[in-house]
Amino acid sequence: MTLTSDNKQTNTENSITATIDGIQVQVPKGTLIIRAAERMGTFVPRFCDHPALAPVAACRMCLVEIEGMPKPQPSCAIALTEGMNVKTQMTSTVAQEAQAGVMEFLLINHPLDCPVCDKGGECPLQNQAMTAGRAESRFDIEKRTFPKPIELSTEILLDRERCVECARCTRFSEEIAGDPFIELLERGAKQQVGIATDEPFNSYFSGNTVQICPVGALTSSSYRFRARPFDLVSVPTTCEHCAAGCSLRTDYRRETVMRRLAWEDPAVNEDWNCDKGRFAFAYLKENRLTQPKVRTKNGNQVDALWPDAIDFAVKGLLQAKGKVGVLLGGRLTMEDAYAYSKFARLALATNDIDFRNRVNSEEEQDFLGSVVAGSGGSVTYADLEKAQNVVLVNFEPEEESPIIFLRLRKAAQKGNLKVTAIAPYLTRSLEKINAEVVATKPGDEAKVLRGLKIAQESIILVGERAAATPGTLSAVIEIAEKTNSKLSWIPRRAGERGAVEIGALPNLLPGGRPVTEVSARNDVAAIWGVNGSDIPNKPGRNHSEIIQAALSGEIKALVIAGLDVMDAPDPQALGQAINAVDFVITLGIQENSLTRYANVSLPVAPVTEKSGTFINWEGRPRPFGRAITSTNALTDARVLAMMAESLGLDFGLQTIEELRQELSSFGSWNGKKLDKPNVASIGAANVSVGSAILSTWNLLLDDGALQKGEEHLAGTQRPVIAHLSAKTAAENNLESGDKVTISNSRGSIIIKLEIIEMVNDVVWIPSNNHDSKVKSKLGAKEGDVVTIQKGSF
Amino acid sequence: MALTPVLTAHWDDPNSFEITSYKKHGGYVALKNSLKMTPDEVIGIVKDSGLRGRGGAGFPTGMKWSFVPQNDGKAHYLVVNADESEPGACKDIPLMLANPHSLVEGIAIGSYAIRANHAFIYIRGEVPHAIRRVMNAVEQAYADGFLGKNIQGSGFNLDVVVHAGAGAYICGEETALLDSLEGRRGQPRLKPPFPAVAGLYASPTVVNNAETLASVPSIILNGADWFKSMGTEKSPGFKLFAVSGHVKRPGIYEAALGTPMSELLDYAGGMRKGSKLKFWIPGGSSVPMLTPDHIDIPMSYEDLSAAGTMLGTGTPMMFDHTTSVVKAVTRWLEFYKHESCGKCTPCREGTYWITGVLEKFEHGKGKEEELEVINDVCGQIAGRSFCALGDAAATPFPGAMKYFAEEFRQATKTSADASFPPSATTIFEKASV
Repeated sequence: MTLTSDNKQTNTENSITATIDGIQVQVPKGTLIIRAAERMGTFVPRFCDHPALAPVAACRMCLVEIEGMPKPQPSCAIALTEGMNVKTQMTSTVAQEAQAGVMEFLLINHPLDCPVCDKGGECPLQNQAMTAGRAESRFDIEKRTFPKPIELSTEILLDRERCVECARCTRFSEEIAGDPFIELLERGAKQQVGIATDEPFNSYFSGNTVQICPVGALTSSSYRFRARPFDLVSVPTTCEHCAAGCSLRTDYRRETVMRRLAWEDPAVNEDWNCDKGRFAFAYLKENRLTQPKVRTKNGNQVDALWPDAIDFAVKGLLQAKGKVGVLLGGRLTMEDAYAYSKFARLALATNDIDFRNRVNSEEEQDFLGSVVAGSGGSVTYADLEKAQNVVLVNFEPEEESPIIFLRLRKAAQKGNLKVTAIAPYLTRSLEKINAEVVATKPGDEAKVLRGLKIAQESIILVGERAAATPGTLSAVIEIAEKTNSKLSWIPRRAGERGAVEIGALPNLLPGGRPVTEVSARNDVAAIWGVNGSDIPNKPGRNHSEIIQAALSGEIKALVIAGLDVMDAPDPQALGQAINAVDFVITLGIQENSLTRYANVSLPVAPVTEKSGTFINWEGRPRPFGRAITSTNALTDARVLAMMAESLGLDFGLQTIEELRQELSSFGSWNGKKLDKPNVASIGAANVSVGSAILSTWNLLLDDGALQKGEEHLAGTQRPVIAHLSAKTAAENNLESGDKVTISNSRGSIIIKLEIIEMVNDVVWIPSNNHDSKVKSKLGAKEGDVVTIQKGSF
Repeated sequence: MALTPVLTAHWDDPNSFEITSYKKHGGYVALKNSLKMTPDEVIGIVKDSGLRGRGGAGFPTGMKWSFVPQNDGKAHYLVVNADESEPGACKDIPLMLANPHSLVEGIAIGSYAIRANHAFIYIRGEVPHAIRRVMNAVEQAYADGFLGKNIQGSGFNLDVVVHAGAGAYICGEETALLDSLEGRRGQPRLKPPFPAVAGLYASPTVVNNAETLASVPSIILNGADWFKSMGTEKSPGFKLFAVSGHVKRPGIYEAALGTPMSELLDYAGGMRKGSKLKFWIPGGSSVPMLTPDHIDIPMSYEDLSAAGTMLGTGTPMMFDHTTSVVKAVTRWLEFYKHESCGKCTPCREGTYWITGVLEKFEHGKGKEEELEVINDVCGQIAGRSFCALGDAAATPFPGAMKYFAEEFRQATKTSADASFPPSATTIFEKASV
């Protein structure tokens, strides 16, 4: 048997031929015995071995016999060499006895608590005990016990007596995540995993250790004792949090999601995911809207039947005809976003649609239309892993796209990658990818970029915050062209890239087609079964302009969907706009301040209750099927189709199949794209003592709406701390540990200060954690000038 | 045969540990001679001498030195394993107390040979008196220009760091020692890469036992043939034999390898009064025990190996008729259980298991079928653990069963203290009679 795909027996320079269990195998040089055996269908039992971690050969479970070696050898740590003759447990009594011996050892101190253990039913120890264990124990003395469990963090619990000391968790934390917060302590039979005093295991990737634990030693607070594996239904899904596009396995029981796991996907998330993707799903049950509601003449919201609610909504839209704006969030599936894009153009005859419920600019929408839309696959995870030079602009990978962080770290660990970050300071995350920081004041990004020596054929990753400072995105395009570098835009939310692609923007139609191009409109009109002239030909209003127009009375009604008011660039202005218009329709999954205010509130399906597609930052479609099928929740697209039908339109899009069919009929756009933006930078603001330039970004774990209801996860948030440089702090008479007040005309934030090495005249605070709520309290964005002052007012 | 005092020749000098005393007896001349040779010539002499490692494994020292890749542009390191912790082993510590300069000179010669400019002495942390002596010796050697920059005008630089361990037997395993030295938790490393290729700080490293290095200056000074004139063909040279146990004069006797144990026992004054040799171990608890029948065995690597045991550290422990084999083996296993680093399953769990069962036997509560279980468990550790510590832990019980199975069977009924009253083994008990 040969393991090469082309079935040739020829040995190339990079492959070797050896024998396992009497069968000749040909494998690439350096292939470990355990992997080679696996590829020919022989599973050598193992605990410490994990394909993504460096071998340690500690558990000794995978011992095999190698001809010419006096002792059995660990197959997880030895590469197959030319002519090697290996015998596994299938053909060797030596291997079989060695494995049986190790299994007996592993079980002597292991509790027989499988009936109450979370791992029971999916436990490698349990499984391998069935193949390599003995029926009755010969162990007749007292077992080692530990008090249980230990809280490694609020999210991760450890039952030490179940641990087989394989060190997968500690090795993952050190090798992959770069967070060696857990370590093996003590020695001999007392050896155990532990943390330092008062230093919990607050890694963003801690949940992976629970998944790779080969026994039930590590469990998560959120899943512990909640379910048995054999009662769960598992379905593959796509993570709805960030734009990484992780494959997940969603396990549910009786229509309730019990847990989520990383689903192996070598091209995207490999074996891992982040704790937000793993644990933040309690929101699915929080304040769920299940019934349409309409506001009656007396001002009360009452439950309504679907037909009545649709009628009511349509009436409201007709009254405001031509003066309706569509405000979307960044978490819609591509299919749903497409339905809004079509609905706005056909039913509302407007281009006033924008998915960017966050800091945004006209420069950005030109950037998205000219550079991003239709550029899928130009930079991939694999490209990052192979890259030599990566430049990060307004992008903090671990916080804003953690799987990119893991890839960059993997590449940096190999030593080939140089990361340069244009950022106010070297964060711990950037340190973990050996990044070099060019300390930059918000606003100076363009200037710094132009002055930086960037290697030819680098990869430039630019984050969504670049929209906050005029000229940055223009400079990024310029530099990328000049250095022949690849450029990729990394949004923070799962639906943003898809929303760009299907034209949920005021200047774009699906497929990157500019609304101003006749042929683009004709293309789209042909698919929509209308005339090209039926599609509005002028760029519409963007998010901020829609709000302005609502305040000035030019817009009379708003359709708002999938949007968290606290995410808005200026929540206060959004609130005022809602107040100002005559009619508000909301589509959402949760009841919140917006839906409570709506004239019509329509409940739609969360990701688990619908099929859809997220386009990740690479431009890679990540389709997923409906996990929970028994609810009758409707997709946004279905609701919009009902409204359109009620308006007398031939809208289509009744089913996901119909929708996908229609989407696939858009060919690629080869016509004129939007012009690339060319906006001059105004540079960083000048500040004097008493004020500073604000720098801020969202931490991965914060008080976002989709993290609600998961207190264990919230417990692992990073501490809320403001940062200043020593010079700026001294000028303002501030010291580490002081309380600092950051304020503007809108309000103030008071948090603890830590002085670090960073650019002067800049104060950094997290965007949305505890007291540090930049948008709702200050209505400010990166680059704005704020007042800094010691203590509270 | 006779005693061959080389390392111990001047231990009775007042202040034998001072550099003045050492130099008076020809100290540091070997270093000066070495620096006039090429490093490869030095390696050649040590190779020719047939010097074998004195730490237990007996690997040829010159060969080990020659494994270090030369002219590779990398830093090389010489690391001295002075973490003497084996039950019964007591030769490196007295050597460092009485004659630390022989070690320092050996380090300088060895470093020169393997092109190392940094050497580390890893000394067991529980012996501060030895650490102080060695630190003092290193300081004196620096002051006299035998260490530091441009040693004796040769252009050769060497810095020596004395490092105290923190109390773990496993750190005597060379790769665990290197991890510990780097500031990590002392656990053995996966091999390959071997230290000669990637040892300390991932650089080519030689790890030598303290006694091995201390033996080098005399070889350089007197030549390989002189060294080979002592000992056997396969075990040339002299060796520190630390004879302990129920003998009249426990102590260190420096003799040629191959000297019969009976002769060493004579040097130690024989067994103490009224006592009869019951069993003995040739070199630390990690080597299988022997009986009075083997007392004439030559103490060489090859002869002991042929008898199913090992020279080990060359520190024989003699036990008389008042000793319970069951209790002795239990104590040793308790040691291994306590010192198992926990990394690999067989050693971690196996030592826990064996010790638990042996403790039952010690108290007369063992079951006969459990002897078979312990034997199996030892078999499940030996050859399957990560490092040699597991193999060592699996040694005492089968070794004891070979000669004293009946005593273990008796321990299913009678406790060790009943069969062998502890009072009978004490000296004061006899004195008071």
